[in-house]
Amino acid sequence: MSTTATETKPLKMWQGINQALVEEMERDERVVLVGEDVGRPGGPYGVTRGLQERFGELRVRDTPISEQVLVGLGVGAGAVGLRPVVELMFFDFALIAMDQIVNQAAKFRYFSGESLPLVIRTMCGAGGPNGAQHSQNFEAWYCAVPGLKVVMPSNAADAKGLLKAAIRDDDPVLFIETLGLLTARREVPQGEEFLLPIGVAETRRAGDDVTVVAIGRLVDRALEAAETLAQEGISVEVIDPRTLAPLDAETIVASIARTGRLVVAQEATAPFSFASEVCTLAAERCLPQLKAPPVRVASPFVNVPTPVPLAESRAPGADAVVAGIRRALEGA
Amino acid sequence: MPEVHVPVARGDGALRTAAGRYRLMRLSRRFEETVHDQHGEGQVPGPLHLSIGQEAVAVGACAELRRSDAVLSTHRGHHHCLAKGARADRLMAELLGRESGYSRGRGGSMHVAIPSIGLLGTNGIVGAGLPIATGAAYAMQAQDRDDVTVAFFGEGATGTGAFGEAVNIAALWALPLVFVCENNQYVELTPQDVHVAGEIWRRGESHGIPGVRVDGNDVEAVREAAATAIARARGGGGPTLIEAVTYRWFGHYAGDRAAYRDSREVDSWRARDPLVAARAALDDAEADALDAEVEREIADALAFAQRSAVTGPGALAIDHLKETA
Ligand SMILES: Cc1ncc(C[n+]2csc(CCOP(=O)(O)OP(=O)(O)O)c2C)c(N)n1
Repeated sequence: MSTTATETKPLKMWQGINQALVEEMERDERVVLVGEDVGRPGGPYGVTRGLQERFGELRVRDTPISEQVLVGLGVGAGAVGLRPVVELMFFDFALIAMDQIVNQAAKFRYFSGESLPLVIRTMCGAGGPNGAQHSQNFEAWYCAVPGLKVVMPSNAADAKGLLKAAIRDDDPVLFIETLGLLTARREVPQGEEFLLPIGVAETRRAGDDVTVVAIGRLVDRALEAAETLAQEGISVEVIDPRTLAPLDAETIVASIARTGRLVVAQEATAPFSFASEVCTLAAERCLPQLKAPPVRVASPFVNVPTPVPLAESRAPGADAVVAGIRRALEGA
Repeated sequence: MPEVHVPVARGDGALRTAAGRYRLMRLSRRFEETVHDQHGEGQVPGPLHLSIGQEAVAVGACAELRRSDAVLSTHRGHHHCLAKGARADRLMAELLGRESGYSRGRGGSMHVAIPSIGLLGTNGIVGAGLPIATGAAYAMQAQDRDDVTVAFFGEGATGTGAFGEAVNIAALWALPLVFVCENNQYVELTPQDVHVAGEIWRRGESHGIPGVRVDGNDVEAVREAAATAIARARGGGGPTLIEAVTYRWFGHYAGDRAAYRDSREVDSWRARDPLVAARAALDDAEADALDAEVEREIADALAFAQRSAVTGPGALAIDHLKETA
């Protein structure tokens, strides 16, 4: 997919998401948005502000607190001609809708042979005083489900381009936004046809000594770590998969095969996680080239505390990525 | 290509006459008796929940539906599928695990979805069709269509959270949705009094949803209640909850001997066969002719399924994402 956009604007991630929604709703009247507080209040974090005024109460609709019905609204509406976007306020609440996501949405094509256009937007991670039931990262659980795409943008521009692509996609897409990134600014291409391909990783920084695969909030931290280590002459490659499922394994494998070292960085806890999956990929496909055991940089296997400083101390920072890279370098 | 038999009871209007309704009930009965036999012979590689005894509910509720209306079905859904216009031959092929089945023979009875005729799915998850029904109804409303969605569910599903969520939003949004509870009085292996508090037809009362209880063995009673509900929904009047009281003649699944039921109770319900009542509305010669037609259709459907290739591992990866279609 090519980009015809020339002009860019510095936008926060939430603004990139808002712009994607506005543009796609302008472009295609089948696109609707449903969720708790998405309409009149404009979203609990303001992500959807202005949309209801612009597109009306039928297309941007506040729902009761009914997570199963929320995703069901998307499945049913997607099955009979709309291209719904469903907002689940926090990723933690998606657990209540797990049946609709896993057993219904993800199996619609398998049972029927027909497309199901559906985007489920949700928000993960620490960053607010929200605690152990409003801050979790479950991306790996959903990546384990055939029939579902899982997208996790790490900046405002990607959020816009990937969300637009997700809305135009003919399969259910779980689109995971990150609370800790909502207000982070980036130059965002303007223009309706700015789309980013789903299923394609982006190499954020080229390097030769070690491959860092980072997702969500850890992408910028990995880039910061790479910058720090560059002062010491260490050359770090940083890959942002952007789509977690289906994963662009080729880009990742090619990089690991070249550098011989792997660090995977994520906000989620390590056991049975996305990082574990990438390490498996390295073991299965790059063992002869590996010079050191792969390293997972992740949150400790404990719950997310409520006070912000405590919660932030739990998530891995750039320093943790630096330490992880050093371990990967010393491991040989 | 095997020859394609196009049955009569299909598409818009097929159930508008008493003859059409009887014919479809008979088709459903004979379809299930046939797959039950096939199951006994080891030819059905999956579970089977028979709706024999409950045909009048599906046929009555679907009588006034158009192709563009939507239906959400359940684990016990062959009669819903046929009443909404599924082909007996492809449904049979699905149950027999054949490539020509609606889900390529990979889904079986609980995993049939035929969006082209508005059948949005039987379901292996009790209650899960109800949230999807709200979505279909919402889309119809948002697109300003005068189509409706009918959601079938068993009395057991009233215990799920999905039911409570769906009833609430249907009322809040005045969705063009008809809830049809098919109360066959048993929930798996236990009677409904283990599961259901209060009266199901009144569950929407405080939401302002009209409720009605009908004799689910009387196809005309079901049709009339559904017609009222459907007209109301098409006109923007919102949802209705219909409880159709009926009985399943067989066990929960093919193979369940239903030893938890009193045989006199079963006999008393068998004596109220919905097909006998529906047949009585026709003259004998006409009914005989329909019966013969149904026999041919079922024989053809079985032959079609048996001629189709058994689904093999080559079909496993198909239709997960568009890229793997
Ligand atoms: C969520 C869920 N829980 C339990 C089951 C197992 N189960 C399958 S059918 C059934 C009984 C459903 O009873 P009812 O809704 O009354 O429908 P009926 O079988 O009587 O047609 C149960 C418990 C299931 N499939 N899904």
